[in-house]
Amino acid sequence: MDNITKKLMQRSESTRKDTFGRVVSLTALILIGVVVVAIFAFVLSRGLSTFFKDGVNVKDFLFGTTWNPSVTNPATKQPYVGALPMIIGSFLVTFLAAIVATPFAIGTALFMTEIAQKRGAKIMQPIIELLVGIPSVVYGFIGLTVVVPFIRTITSGSGFGILSGTIVLFVMILPTITSMTVDTLKSVPRYYRESALAIGATRWQMIYKVILRAATPGIMTAIVFGMARAFGEALAVQMVIGNAALMPTGLTTPASTLTSVLTMGIGNTVMGSLQNDVLWTLAMILLLMSLVFNLIVRAIGRRGAMK
Amino acid sequence: MNAKTADKIATGVIYAISSIVALILFAMLGFILVRGVPHLSWHFLTSPARAFEAGGGIGIQLFNSFYLLILAMLISFPIALGAAIYLNEYAQKNRFTAIIRTAIEILSSLPSVVVGLFGFLLFVVQFKLGFSILSGAIALTLFNLPLLTRSIETSLAQIPDLQREAGAALGLSRWETVLHVILPAAVPSIVTGVVLSAGRVFGEAAALIYTAGQSAPALNFADWNPFNISSPLNPMRPAETLAVHIWKINSEGIMPDLNAVSAGASAVLIIVVLLFNFSARKLGMKLYKKLTSA
Repeated sequence: MDNITKKLMQRSESTRKDTFGRVVSLTALILIGVVVVAIFAFVLSRGLSTFFKDGVNVKDFLFGTTWNPSVTNPATKQPYVGALPMIIGSFLVTFLAAIVATPFAIGTALFMTEIAQKRGAKIMQPIIELLVGIPSVVYGFIGLTVVVPFIRTITSGSGFGILSGTIVLFVMILPTITSMTVDTLKSVPRYYRESALAIGATRWQMIYKVILRAATPGIMTAIVFGMARAFGEALAVQMVIGNAALMPTGLTTPASTLTSVLTMGIGNTVMGSLQNDVLWTLAMILLLMSLVFNLIVRAIGRRGAMK
Repeated sequence: MNAKTADKIATGVIYAISSIVALILFAMLGFILVRGVPHLSWHFLTSPARAFEAGGGIGIQLFNSFYLLILAMLISFPIALGAAIYLNEYAQKNRFTAIIRTAIEILSSLPSVVVGLFGFLLFVVQFKLGFSILSGAIALTLFNLPLLTRSIETSLAQIPDLQREAGAALGLSRWETVLHVILPAAVPSIVTGVVLSAGRVFGEAAALIYTAGQSAPALNFADWNPFNISSPLNPMRPAETLAVHIWKINSEGIMPDLNAVSAGASAVLIIVVLLFNFSARKLGMKLYKKLTSA
């Protein structure tokens, strides 16, 4: 009798195992959460020390146009830490690349899903999948050996600059945007197409008036994803943009982006110095921008969910 | 304009656009393979790099890339698996789950250079690991975790709930069901996800330049004691990977045959990624057949 009572009162072997599994898997999950919090805490604390410890004015930093942190401006007794050239450089290459890539991506995706479902998908799908996986340094290398010399011959400049960066990023985000757009187009229900065709629409009318409208939120999400990738891309851009922290005056003059200045600079500065702190502030801007891209994607998802 | 004419024009434009895209993509792949493959030789793949003279290889970089990949996968897989199991099997729909999901999403969208800088700050500087394979592997883990977690979670979610109910009906606890029913069924698609993410990790460079470092000290391939500094297995030595090597020699511009070396190294990178992509599906299908036939 006693034995049975004991058995009933005790937690079973299974329950113990289950608790064990739950704790182990939860620990792994929490670890990821901790990592994210730690990344934010570290980068923010380093990045903000430019403003709190070194006393740099936020406005001077964001809107100043001269970047030369190791030289002090004699008029204001402040180093030249205007980050506007890099901020503009980053946004310029990102938006230009997205603007060029979008029509190509949508056209290709339409070709694969609406016009030549079998043949198009068979040829393009594997290539696009492969290209999504190509390392970014390879894109940078191609940019350096093909795009830059090409620009040099047609514009007489050095070839390095925003234009080369845009072209490299365009090729780089094209597969990303295309494959996500294909997924969205495929998720448009078949009866949308059938009803459009049934009331006498041509194929283009069906695509333009029905499918693209229904897929707009998904396509927007794809574009924002592409932009986030372009904005955060470091090495490929750094190799072709020329790395001159100057206000961009044209598309073919050397410029720089947040990521290119970061990759070039962080190894050459002393931890804790102002020169180092301002680089961390650039990293902080990158971090916050990726957060913004994330919020945009969520906002699109919430407002544009297919009803 | 007539609707039919518009239709024809639009179709033509779409054809034109996609042929341009196909052309660009083919030209790129062709360019790398045509420029790079002739440069590949046993000597190129096995000999160490030379900074100032022509004729160097990528042997050490190639080894470093694979070693880092394996270490990073060894660290990230158990964590990703645990997290995915919790998210798919245990998690309830509440605020905690939502927050963690958001965190994973944010981590996956962080620029890899920021992940690398975080690794530099925490592991290289704070924990005094220095530029080392270990720092690099942890940085790659951070970079890899969100994607791997999501792909494993998707694999688990594809297993029908019938299996879970069957497990419960047999008196198994949830954990036992996961361990003995769900995971075996999900192995093929988990493997596919792991191999695909390995391809991404293999080519990553931005997260590594300030964690695993940009130098490749000479290695003694006869010494397999991980505690010796020249041993290939030593996790505390700096290790430049293939992708970092391409970036470094191009931005330094000193190496006389840097175009040939970069083309060869790029071709190797792409071929490896290609192999990963290809074998991911094959391996997944093969495993599926093997596991379901018995």
